[in-house]
Amino acid sequence: MSQLSTLKPHSIHIAIMALGGQGGGVLVDWIVRLAEHAGWTAQATSVAGVAQRTGATIYYIELVEPTPGQAPVLALMAVPGDVDVLIAAELMEAGRAVERGLVTPGRTTVIASSHRVFAIQEKMVSGNGIADSAQVLDIVRREARHLVMADMQALAAGQGSVISASLFGALAGSGALPFALAEFEAVVERSGVGVKPSLAALRAGAAVARSAAPPDPPADPMHTAPRPLPATAASAQLQPLLERIRAAFPRPAWDWLGEGLARVVDYQDAAYGGEYLDHVARLLAADPDADAADGQVAIEAARWVAVAMSYDDVIRVADLKTRAERSARLRREVAAGADDVVGSEEYFHPRMEEVMGLLPRRLADWLDGSPRLRDWLASRLSRGRRIRTHTLRGHLQLHLVAGLRRWRRSSRRHAEELGHLQAWLAEVQQVLPHDRALALELLRCRRLVKGYSDTHARGSSRFDRLLRAARELRGRADAGPALGALREAALRDAEGQALSQRLQTLGLAP
Amino acid sequence: MAERSFAKEVQQLRVPAGTEFRGEGILAVTKALLESGVSYVTGYQGSPISHLMDVLADAQPILNALGVYFEPAASEAAAAAALSASVNYPVRGAVTWKSTVGTNVASDALANLASGGVTGGALIIVGEDYGEGSSIMQERTHAFAMKSQMWLLDPRPHLPSIVQAVHDGFALSEATHTPVMLELRIRSCHLHGSFITRENRRPAFTLKDALENPRRDIDRIVLPPASFLHEREKLEQRWPAAVKFITERKLNEWVEGDLEHIGIVTLGGLANSVLRALKLLGQADLFGASRVPLYILNVAYPLIEDEVDRFCRGKRAVLMVEEGQPDYLEQNLNTLLRRRGLDTAVHGKDLLPRGGDYTVAALQKGIQGFLQRHHPAAFAAPVALSLAARKGAVDDGVPRAPVSAAAALAPLLPPRPPGLCVGCPERPIFSSLKLVERELGMHHVSADIGCHLFSIMPPFHLGATTMGYGLGGSSASAFAAGAQLGASKPALAFMGDGGFWHNGLTSGIANAVFNKQRNVFVIVDNNYSAATGGQDLPSSRAVNPNRSTMHPIERAVRGVGVEWVRTITRTYDVKSMRAALRAALSSKEPGPKVVIAQSECMLNRQRRDKPATAKAIEAGARVVKERFGVDAAVCSGDHACMRISGCPSLTLAPSGDALKPDPVASVDEHCVACGHCGEVADAAVLCPSFYKAHKVHNPGAAERWLDRWRRRALAWLQARQWRARAHRALFPLEAPR
Repeated sequence: MSQLSTLKPHSIHIAIMALGGQGGGVLVDWIVRLAEHAGWTAQATSVAGVAQRTGATIYYIELVEPTPGQAPVLALMAVPGDVDVLIAAELMEAGRAVERGLVTPGRTTVIASSHRVFAIQEKMVSGNGIADSAQVLDIVRREARHLVMADMQALAAGQGSVISASLFGALAGSGALPFALAEFEAVVERSGVGVKPSLAALRAGAAVARSAAPPDPPADPMHTAPRPLPATAASAQLQPLLERIRAAFPRPAWDWLGEGLARVVDYQDAAYGGEYLDHVARLLAADPDADAADGQVAIEAARWVAVAMSYDDVIRVADLKTRAERSARLRREVAAGADDVVGSEEYFHPRMEEVMGLLPRRLADWLDGSPRLRDWLASRLSRGRRIRTHTLRGHLQLHLVAGLRRWRRSSRRHAEELGHLQAWLAEVQQVLPHDRALALELLRCRRLVKGYSDTHARGSSRFDRLLRAARELRGRADAGPALGALREAALRDAEGQALSQRLQTLGLAP
Repeated sequence: MAERSFAKEVQQLRVPAGTEFRGEGILAVTKALLESGVSYVTGYQGSPISHLMDVLADAQPILNALGVYFEPAASEAAAAAALSASVNYPVRGAVTWKSTVGTNVASDALANLASGGVTGGALIIVGEDYGEGSSIMQERTHAFAMKSQMWLLDPRPHLPSIVQAVHDGFALSEATHTPVMLELRIRSCHLHGSFITRENRRPAFTLKDALENPRRDIDRIVLPPASFLHEREKLEQRWPAAVKFITERKLNEWVEGDLEHIGIVTLGGLANSVLRALKLLGQADLFGASRVPLYILNVAYPLIEDEVDRFCRGKRAVLMVEEGQPDYLEQNLNTLLRRRGLDTAVHGKDLLPRGGDYTVAALQKGIQGFLQRHHPAAFAAPVALSLAARKGAVDDGVPRAPVSAAAALAPLLPPRPPGLCVGCPERPIFSSLKLVERELGMHHVSADIGCHLFSIMPPFHLGATTMGYGLGGSSASAFAAGAQLGASKPALAFMGDGGFWHNGLTSGIANAVFNKQRNVFVIVDNNYSAATGGQDLPSSRAVNPNRSTMHPIERAVRGVGVEWVRTITRTYDVKSMRAALRAALSSKEPGPKVVIAQSECMLNRQRRDKPATAKAIEAGARVVKERFGVDAAVCSGDHACMRISGCPSLTLAPSGDALKPDPVASVDEHCVACGHCGEVADAAVLCPSFYKAHKVHNPGAAERWLDRWRRRALAWLQARQWRARAHRALFPLEAPR
C-alpha cells in the first residue's frame, strides 16, 4: 500500500510542563479519559525530569477523533511547531516551553499559571535573584496564539483543591478542545476522589479562561512601594516631624522620608525620629544641586539612613515577636478559628557578642577586661534557646528584652552603630559636591549591612570594602556606576567570588 | 512501601481474555507475562522500570494464585543469576532492571547464562534509560546483546506490539536456547494505550516439579571444554535457529511505499517517530502508510541477512535509523550489503545526529536530507513543514522582536536542577557536613547513587564522583593511602541504604575493614530504596507481610568488623549529626569510621501519616499539627538559610516593607515541620526569624482553659505595648483583636 490516506482526522497535540509533585499525571489522566469517553483515540506518555521530585516533567498527549476501522500511529513526544495546546503549571516553565519551540505563533493555545516556584539558584542569592517574570511573560504572550494565564495555584488553593483541577478547568474554558464543560466535569465526577473541591477549582479555572485578556503582572512582584505620606500623623507627637518633612525636604522624597521616620520612631522613639531627619538634612545641605527635581539624593538618604538607624538587634526582634499583629498572623497561618489552641516556639541563639552589645558601654568595656568572667557568662548565655511565646513565661522573657529599648541608646552596640553611621555619612558628604552619582551609590551600599551574627559580619566587611573601593574610585569618570556594579556583585553570592572578580576587573585590590 | 500504589490497577490483570485493557506500558508487560505462563519474575527497581517492580509487588496475590514466584532481587546481578532456573528446566523466567546501569551489574551472570544457553524461556526486560530525561551515562544495551549473543527485541511503542514482544520473546528464547532481551524506552514504559487481552496461563511445568526432580547437564556449565562448545553452538545452531524463527514469525515489519528506489531501516522503538517525521514531510499519513518503504526492526539484534537483502536489493539508497553511538546497525548493514555485492548506498550517522535522543525534529531533518539527496522531487512542491506554519503566522500584526523567542528566553530562565524533597531527612546530613567543613575544611567526598547524590547540586555542592550504585565506599579506596602518606584529612564516602544492600556492605565496608582503611563512611538509612520509588530493603523499619525487614545496618557493619560506629537515629538533630561527623573526621583511631544517619524518607512517611492524621482529627483525637514560619520583619533577606538548607518549601516572598528591597524568606504550605530550618538557623547561629507554630486539634477542656487564660494575659501585655507604639506611630497601626 503506498496510497496515503485522504482522511485527515481532527487530531490535537497537547504538551504539559509540570514540576514534580504538581499532579501533572492526574491532569493527563483526566484529559485522556475525557477524550476516550467521547470515543476518541488517546495516547499519553511522559518523561520525568532527572529527579523524581523537584525536577520538571514533560507530558505529551495526542488525541484523534474516531477513525472507524483505522488505527492512527501516534507520536510519543512533542514536536516543535506541532503542538496545539501547551499547558504549563508554572510561569518559567511556560517560558521553557517557548524556548523549546513548543509554542507556535498562530497555532498554540497556551494555558499557564502565572505563579512562581522559585529555583534554588534564585533563592540562594543574598539580594534579589529572582528571574524577570515580566520579560518572560511578554515573550510567551507574543508567541502564543491564545493565552490563558492566571495564578492557577491560588485559584485551586482557594477552592481547597490542587492546580491540576484549575488547569483542567482553564483548558475547558479556553475552547481549545472540542468538548463541552459538562464533559470535563463528568470526568472529575467519575474519578470519585475529592470531587467537590476539584469541581469548584475546575469551574474557577474555566471562568478565568473565558474572561478577557490575562492581567498584566506587576513589574517586580518583590517590590514594595512606599506608602504615601499621611496628611496627619497617627500620633500627635509626630505631627511636627511630619510638618518638617513637608517644609524642609524635596517633594519626591516625602513618601520615603515618611517610611523612614515611621521605621525609626517605631524602632526607638520620637526624638530618634528628629535625629533621623537631622542626619538627612545635614547630608542634603552638602548637595550643591539640592533642588534637583528628581530628589534622588534625598530619596536614597531617606531610605538608607533609616535602615542604618534601625539596625537588627535582639531588642528589635523581641519587640517584633511579641506584637499583637504577629499573634494574629500566626493564627491565620495555621488556619486557626477563634477558639483553637495555637502555640509557637521561637529559635534563638544569641552569641556573646550580641549580649555584650546590649550592655551599657562602660559595663561591656569592664567585662572585656575580665575575660574569665566574660567566658563564664558566655558559657551560660550563648546557646540555642527555644522560647515558647504562647506561654506567659516565654512571652514575658521577650517582653522584658523588648523593654530594654529605653536603654538602647546607652548600649555598646548603639555607640558602635552610631559611629559607623557618622563615618559613612561623612564620607558621602565629602563626595557629594564632586561626584553625585558616586555619592548616591555610596548611600545604596548600606543595603549590604543586614542581619545577625555571621550574616551581619559578612555584610559589614563587604560594606567596608566598598567604602574603600569608593575612595579608590574617586575621581574616575565612571566611579558611580562602578561602585553600583560592585554592590550588585557583593550581593550575588555569600562566598564573595563575584565581588572579587568585579574588583579585579576594575583594577582594584581584592 | 512503594511510592506509588498499583493496588487498584493490578485488578485489571485478572480480566478475562478478549477484554480491552487500558493502561500504562508497564502494566501491559505484567499482563503479558501472566499470559505467557511465566514461572518466576525478579529484578531490581530503577527508572523507568521501577513501576514494573511495584506492579508485581502489588500483584502478589494474583501471582500467588497463578503459581508465579516473585522476589525483588538484591541486585541486578542477583536477578540475572536467578535466570539459571531456566537453564535445566522448561520454566519461563523474566527479570527486569534499569539499563545500561543494571545490565552492567548483571553482565557477568548474563554472559554465563548466554554461554550455556537455556531450556525454558528467559526474558530480560530492560528499561532503556537513554536520551531525554535520563539520569545515567548515555550508553545503549545493544552492545550487551551483541557481546553475549542474546537476541534483542525493540518493539514499536504501541501496547499491542509490546505485549506481542513478550509472547514472542519467550518463544524465541525457547526455540533458540538463548536468553532474549526486551528493550523498553522511557516513553514506552509510561505510555498510556490499550490492547486486547489473552487468558492468563499457569506454567505447565513448575518450579516445584523442578525441585522434586532435579536435573543437571554438564554441557550447560561454563567450564572447558563445554565453554568452547558453547561458542560453536551459538554460531552454528542458535543463530540460524533465531534467523529462522524471526523470519517465519515475521517479527520484523515491512511497510511498502511507492518510492521504491529508496528505503528507511528503523528500530521498532523509533518507528512511530520516523512515521511522524515522514508525515510532517508529507510522505506518510496518520495511519502508518508511507511513500518511502520502511523495514521496521522489532528485532534489533540479530540483523536478518536475507531480509536486509530483500529490502535493499534494487534500491539506490537506504537510511539506517538507530540512536546513539557506536553505529552498530549501520556498520552491520554495510557489511551485509558488501558481502552480498549490493551497491545500495547506506546513510545514517552522516545525516542524523551521531548521539542523543532521536526526537521527531532530529529525524525530520535527517530524513529531509536523505530525500533531498535521493528523491528531490519530494520537495518540488512546497512541503507542509511545521516551520511553514510559523512563517504564515507572521502576518498577525503583532510586532516581532528581532531575535528569536528561544534566544531571548535562554538567559532569562533559571535552571531547575533536581534537589531533595520538602522535609527530606537527608538535607540535615549535608547541612551538618557544610557546618563541619567550616571548622575542619573541605574534604574529598565520594558520592553514590541515590537521593543523596543531589548533595552535589546547589546549595550543598558536596561530592566529587559517583561511580555506581553502592560503590560510594569503594570509590574512596585509593584515598585510604592517606594513612600511609600522613595526610591530615581522611576521605569521606556516602552510601545510601539501597546501595549498601546492593553491594556496599561487601565492596565498601568489609573491604575497608579488611584493608585497614581510615576513611569515613556515611550510610544514609532512610528505610527505603528511596530514589527508585521507596521500595523496602532488609533494613526497612516497616512491617511487610511478604518480606523480612528490620535488619539494622549497624549490626551488619559490626558483623563485618567495624569497631567505630555512630548511629544517629534522628538526622534532623543537626547538633548530634554535626558532632558525629566531626568526631568521625577527626578521629585518630585505626579502621573505618561509620556514621549511620537514620530518619525515614519523608515522602513515604507523609503518604502514611497524612491520611492517618486526618482520620484521627476526624475521630476527635487530640492531634498537634505543626508548621514552620518566618517573621518577615525579622528576616534580613540575606537567604543564608536557603544556602544551607535548600528545602523546597523554604521560598521567597515580598518583604512588605519599602525599606527592605530584598525578598524575605517564607515557608510555604508544603512545610511538614521537620524542623530543619530552625535547627540550622540555631546551629549555624543564623537568625531568629524562624518559628514553629502549632495548632492543637480537638484539645481537652483543661488545655482550652489554660489557653484562654494565657491568651487573656498576653492580650493585656500586648495592648499595653500597642498603646505605646500607637503613641509614636506615623501611620495608623493595625488594630489588635
